[in-house]
Amino acid sequence: MNTKIPATKNNKRLITILVCGVIFMFGFCYMLVPLYNIVCKQIGFNGKSANSATLVNPNMQVDTSRTIKVDFSTTMHGNLNFKFIPLQRHIEVHPGERKLIYFYAENKTGKDITVQAIPSITPNDAARFLKKTECFCFTQQYFFKGEKADMPVYFFIDPAVPKETKEMTLSYTLFDETEFIKKQKHFTKGRIDL
Amino acid sequence: MHNYISRLTIFISTFFIAVAAQATPGINMPYGVTPISNDIYNLHMACFYVCCVIGAGVFGVLIYSLIKYRKSNGAKAALFHEHIGVEMTWTIIPTLILIALAIPATIVLKHIHNTDESGLTIKVTGYQWKWKYEYLDQGISFFSNLSTPQDQINNLAPKNEWYLLEVDNPVVVPVDTKVKLLVTADDVIHDWWVPELGVKQDAIPGFINENWFLANKIGTYRGQCGELCGVNHAFMPIVVEVVSKADFEKWVKSHGSATFASSSLTAPTTNAKPAALMTEADLMKLGKEQYEKTCAMCHQVTGLGLPPTFPALKGSSVVTGPLSAEDSLVIHGKKGTAMQAFGDQLDDKTLAAVITYTRHAWGNEELNKKNKYPTTIQPQDIAKARK
Amino acid sequence: MSESIVLDHATDHDDHGPAKGFTRWLFTTNHKDIGTLYLYFSLIMFFVGGIMALIVRAELLEPGKVLINPEFFNQMTTMHGLIMVFGVIMPAMAGLANWMIPLMIGAPDMALPRLNNWSFWLLPFAFTMLASTLFMSGPAPDFGWTFYAPLSTTYGPKSTDFFIFAIHMMGISSIMASLNIVVTIFNMRAPGMGWMNLPVFVWGWLVTAFLLLAVMPVLAGCVTMMLMDRHFHTSFFDAAGGGDPSLFQHVFWFFGHPEVYILILPGFGVISEIIPTFSRKSLFGYRFMVVATVIIALLGLVVWGHHMFTTGAPLEAQLYFMYATMLIAVPTGIKIFNWVATIFKGSISFETPMLFALGFLVMFTLGGFSGLMLGLVPADYQYRDSYFVVAHFHYVLVSGSLFTIIAAVYYWLPKWSGHMYSEKLGQIHFWLTVIGMNLTFMPMHFLGLAGMPRRIPDYALQFTDFNQYCTVGAFIFGFAQLIFLYIILKSCFSKDKGHVSAQVWEGAKGLEWTLPSPVPYHTFATPPVITTGHREY
Repeated sequence: MNTKIPATKNNKRLITILVCGVIFMFGFCYMLVPLYNIVCKQIGFNGKSANSATLVNPNMQVDTSRTIKVDFSTTMHGNLNFKFIPLQRHIEVHPGERKLIYFYAENKTGKDITVQAIPSITPNDAARFLKKTECFCFTQQYFFKGEKADMPVYFFIDPAVPKETKEMTLSYTLFDETEFIKKQKHFTKGRIDL
Repeated sequence: MHNYISRLTIFISTFFIAVAAQATPGINMPYGVTPISNDIYNLHMACFYVCCVIGAGVFGVLIYSLIKYRKSNGAKAALFHEHIGVEMTWTIIPTLILIALAIPATIVLKHIHNTDESGLTIKVTGYQWKWKYEYLDQGISFFSNLSTPQDQINNLAPKNEWYLLEVDNPVVVPVDTKVKLLVTADDVIHDWWVPELGVKQDAIPGFINENWFLANKIGTYRGQCGELCGVNHAFMPIVVEVVSKADFEKWVKSHGSATFASSSLTAPTTNAKPAALMTEADLMKLGKEQYEKTCAMCHQVTGLGLPPTFPALKGSSVVTGPLSAEDSLVIHGKKGTAMQAFGDQLDDKTLAAVITYTRHAWGNEELNKKNKYPTTIQPQDIAKARK
Repeated sequence: MSESIVLDHATDHDDHGPAKGFTRWLFTTNHKDIGTLYLYFSLIMFFVGGIMALIVRAELLEPGKVLINPEFFNQMTTMHGLIMVFGVIMPAMAGLANWMIPLMIGAPDMALPRLNNWSFWLLPFAFTMLASTLFMSGPAPDFGWTFYAPLSTTYGPKSTDFFIFAIHMMGISSIMASLNIVVTIFNMRAPGMGWMNLPVFVWGWLVTAFLLLAVMPVLAGCVTMMLMDRHFHTSFFDAAGGGDPSLFQHVFWFFGHPEVYILILPGFGVISEIIPTFSRKSLFGYRFMVVATVIIALLGLVVWGHHMFTTGAPLEAQLYFMYATMLIAVPTGIKIFNWVATIFKGSISFETPMLFALGFLVMFTLGGFSGLMLGLVPADYQYRDSYFVVAHFHYVLVSGSLFTIIAAVYYWLPKWSGHMYSEKLGQIHFWLTVIGMNLTFMPMHFLGLAGMPRRIPDYALQFTDFNQYCTVGAFIFGFAQLIFLYIILKSCFSKDKGHVSAQVWEGAKGLEWTLPSPVPYHTFATPPVITTGHREY
């Protein structure tokens, strides 16, 4: 067929621009991942604001006029044979007040295992105001066969939390991390071995 | 062309009748029994009526034009093809209508995001293909499975009134109490949906979502999983029983104690006393019943499964092999598959019965006997295997 | 400038016809041949996807197991969705673009003819790969056409990898086709054809092509992430490794929502050609139509969140997506009103293309209404993932895309083939299709409102009646398409050709109608010069 039109300079320029656009959009798709994490961190969606430490503002005032009930809940993902429970079902906390609570963990899988607790906070509208200074969920945790530990969480609720908020839930899902294990072997940070 | 015009007219007016039928009860959205579901219903109807009015206008002009300006009627085309004033009008008026709709929608949405204190917190976990409910403050926890027998699904028995909308253990909640739901999933995304409660909440593995309802009428409300979650997506219904506060107290008392555990599909009885030895016949009877309830959805009543997703049990190397392998698989499940850790869901007696059944049925008994593997399992064996 | 180049080469290929035999189709760079290939391909896929839909509807004839097990049911719904979206509508629209854009803008061919050949020939291989999963041991993709993680990643069948590569191939095909279309429209317009003289179909495709270039790479990225999660131990969509299954939905719908407009905007263009022709009156509000198309496309890029209102999000996010979604009703409304205004005070006749265009107008409006209702977040809580949604998107897509494609085929088939189809058969086809389609999808509204979830192979007894209407309607709808098949084959292979005038339709305007019917193999070797302006003659 000789119906082909030679690519003119004009065509070449346009094609180059469009191909660059396509490549950019492919890259943009991957950029959505960090973007999503940043947005989630800002709005507190799906625990993204609760998986890293926050600094406490030294001027933070405890607002004793309000009390917020914080529920704790745990979920074992898949068929993970772990005992993992909060030692208190719930506590009452004033905004701005730092609290320490414990979760109890026991490896019943019969083998050494690395686990990761993924935090999640509800309601979505208030999630970003629950902040942690220390938590076992910041890193993976290595458990020997049959090992037991108490896992502390230091947290506070930012006094800027919306007035309507009366209840919150801090929830952890415990995952078997064997497939996503990091290079270092043993993680025991942020826990009290029993 | 006349007959086509009249046909088109009839056709379009049928539409209106059909659309109007949407407003009659029975085929419309349920009004529901919670303030939210009532609000949603009103919003839905308001939007529907707005659409009817716009539709009447648009279709009215359309039908009028199609009849009046037919070429066969001698119509001559006008020459106009632009009119900024008219076009701005039908840009601005719809915008105003939309704003008018957005206001109530925003109010209802804010209401849904209400964060008042709740009287009861239930954690809902979606599994392939069942729901687990945990009453966090009451310490009650149980699985809720479809209770429609396989025979009805396979058209071997007449269907119940609540075919596919019935479960063994319904959620029981008190009336006039704000019930907070913490919704999550174990494997894939599920969705907890009960239309009459006005709640639909995705259950996402690893994360928790919150929703709530406040039912103001005693009754039984049914729903289904709303998000495609695999083969048996259609077979994990939700049944919520709203009861009086006194009845709820009674229910909590009767289920908070050990009696609850004796029901077959409930929390494990790790602290139960060793049960008496059971006869093979009893085990087989209980096992067959439980197998058809829990296992047959995937492994099929025939034991042939749906390979390779759901392996056949007939002649399977696990079921006709050493007991420890089957014990471990049934109790701890298999990661990344729909084979769950049934150790958490069934008690020793039921597990023993199911395993006994699988080791006897579909000719497996002969294979096991030939290779000298055990066929009849006692609850104590399961208790041992758990450790 | 491109025009002068066209002139230089014009003499090279004045009057030779197509090559003979199979290689004509395999090696062709002729836009008409490639357009024909696209259209035939989509016709075949239409019947394949249609048979799958009928299997689905047959299983839903009554409660209980009817024909197939739930696993196969899920494969059928998934494949039906994928084939109809990627295998029927997109190739058919691309086929129309290939055939008509050069004819409408007075160009001798597409700007990049060899790329054009490649973008078509990727498709049969992509779909062979996708369809081959049905014959593998183990299930074919069974996670719905939206393939939400983790059902499609951790829990996906082995054939998911074939699915991923098939998506990649059709994605590359679409990207190349769009690239070609953009370059053609930018650089190959006949002298005198300014932007505001462009036929609306060409405008519709131009905007669509830009949308495709913007979002197909995102789909490619999305399935690549799936592939990496499945095989390379990344965890984009797995909470265990720090990912998030909700992220999948964001990425998917970032592609998925504009995709809906990709399927519909060329159809809007077709309707904007057909309605003026059979009303014998210029399109009302050309400028508003073009601007509305562009605004729909732009808004379409920022409303993806309305597909995920129930996944849990803060109030502000839900409100934003609700308002943005509702806003799309404005430009869409403008289009509907302008079409009606075009018909108003026209001189209307009811040939088959016009009937399908009117069918589109009515049913697309109904689909738009349910879309508006779905946009309200609180109400969406009740509609989401129910049959109401199924009804909504079939009203929008069957009318917005399928009806417009059928209308376009009837409209241009005499021009392509030189054979006039039987008007009577065309009208029978229309009425059966329209009755079947409404009987199929209207009851789905009621089913959804009453609480029937989508994608279920078996349902509660209360849903039986309406499901039976749907099934009967689906079979009428399906079998009516055999008439369409007959009409097309008769037109293409009939010996009775050449009795159709160049004008074909009395009221038709545009460059394509200045060419003889059937259209010669090479056209506009010398570009026509437009002096009066396309819209005003």
